[in-house]
Amino acid sequence: MKKYIAIFAILIATATTTQAQKYFTRAGYLGFFSDTKMEDIKGDNNKVNFVLDAATGQLEISGLIKAFEFEKALMQEHFNENYMESDTYPKTSFKGKVDNMAGVNLKKDGTYSSKVTGDLTMHGVTKKVTVDATFKVAGGKITCESKFDVVPEDYKITIPGTVRDNIASKIAVTAKANLEELKK
Amino acid sequence: MQAFKKLIISGLVALPVLTFSFNSTAQTDTTEVDLMALLGEEEEINYTTATFKSTRVINGHSIENAAKGVLDLRISHRFGFINTGAYEFFGLDGATLRIGLEYGVTDRLMVGVGRSSFNKAFDAFGKFKILRQSSGKKNMPISVSWFSNIVCNSIKWQNPERENYFSSRLFYAHQLLIGRKFNNNLSLQISPTYVHRNLVATKAEENGVIALGGLGRYKLTQRLSVNAEYFYVLPNQLAPQYTNSLSVGVDIETGGHVFQLHFTNSTAMTEPGFITETVGEWGNGDIHFGFNISRVFTVKRKTIPVE
Repeated sequence: MKKYIAIFAILIATATTTQAQKYFTRAGYLGFFSDTKMEDIKGDNNKVNFVLDAATGQLEISGLIKAFEFEKALMQEHFNENYMESDTYPKTSFKGKVDNMAGVNLKKDGTYSSKVTGDLTMHGVTKKVTVDATFKVAGGKITCESKFDVVPEDYKITIPGTVRDNIASKIAVTAKANLEELKK
Repeated sequence: MQAFKKLIISGLVALPVLTFSFNSTAQTDTTEVDLMALLGEEEEINYTTATFKSTRVINGHSIENAAKGVLDLRISHRFGFINTGAYEFFGLDGATLRIGLEYGVTDRLMVGVGRSSFNKAFDAFGKFKILRQSSGKKNMPISVSWFSNIVCNSIKWQNPERENYFSSRLFYAHQLLIGRKFNNNLSLQISPTYVHRNLVATKAEENGVIALGGLGRYKLTQRLSVNAEYFYVLPNQLAPQYTNSLSVGVDIETGGHVFQLHFTNSTAMTEPGFITETVGEWGNGDIHFGFNISRVFTVKRKTIPVE
């Protein structure tokens, strides 16, 4: 009898841990920073959607271009009108996979690093990228973060000669989110 | 009894095994699933921005405001009439100007003051965004703003011997600005206008003048647009020498500046002036070359919450 209960308990445990857990947020952060001698340009978006499937490592990120905020209103207008053309291309998104998801245990406190590979889309151009990401689990709170560089020209964002010195050739991008369990 | 117990136990054992297998099939299914769809689409209000590049189309106000906390320094020039010939270097020897300081109080309200050399006039205005064109969660096809100004001329009295009142120096204009950005390139606006002059030259002229403005811009490139505007004054309100204001020009945008270069038959740069006191005839070559330069300064920076 006891033997049966033990087997039963083990099976239940195995079943729960392998359950397809999904994590998400609607208030993720996506920001960029352009650092030149002429001026610093910083855009922040705190309304970015993140969804992570812990079972497969599939990760999707999506944010509206118009939700990026700047200190200067004119920068925001130029960002939308002249560079990102947000009326035509309203969103930026990432669809990819956490390469080493098996090595990331979101149920256990710790810091886990992994490469994330996938398609980054902005300004209507999709490019395959591989970036470094970290997952921090502390007291049940899950934070994922990644920093990488983007070259505007790779996404057909043209910068005229008159302002070339005001915009960095490589833009530093930060993606950060506190993930919660998605209850369906 | 024993057999029954065994049955229950084997049933219990089978249950998690089944759940497990279901889960694993579920996993293989989710690999190709659109994860974002799980969150459901949260529709947002998408406000239309940059209907015009500047707060003016040429002379007339556009539905654009200076953003909150932004100070706009505007310098506007109109050279003399082109038909003054080579001696006056086709008008470039003479100039009328307005210097303005304008400020965005909130995202909807802007105020400004200015000084024009035309009639040595001071002016003050307020502009308020009533409706903002938007799509998405809230669909609003047009933007509507209210504009009012007061202009006070300070030239010496023409007839100092008679009794002159300060109120005779005052002019007012009220406009409803109704605009729409049809697409990335094309924006159009109509501006029903009422101008009130406290003093007019002859009895035949109306103190209150009704006019309708039609304004538009077409973007040629991201940083260059063609603009035009026409103010039609309804008949039998002004003396016959006055004409309707017609202007065409281009907007050139660089980093923090907008340069507006244009040709216009109006000399004045405030509403009562260019709507009711335009004397130039395009057909006669009474055309001013002119420009507006707008330079914005962010006085109050927006604070953005950072993680």
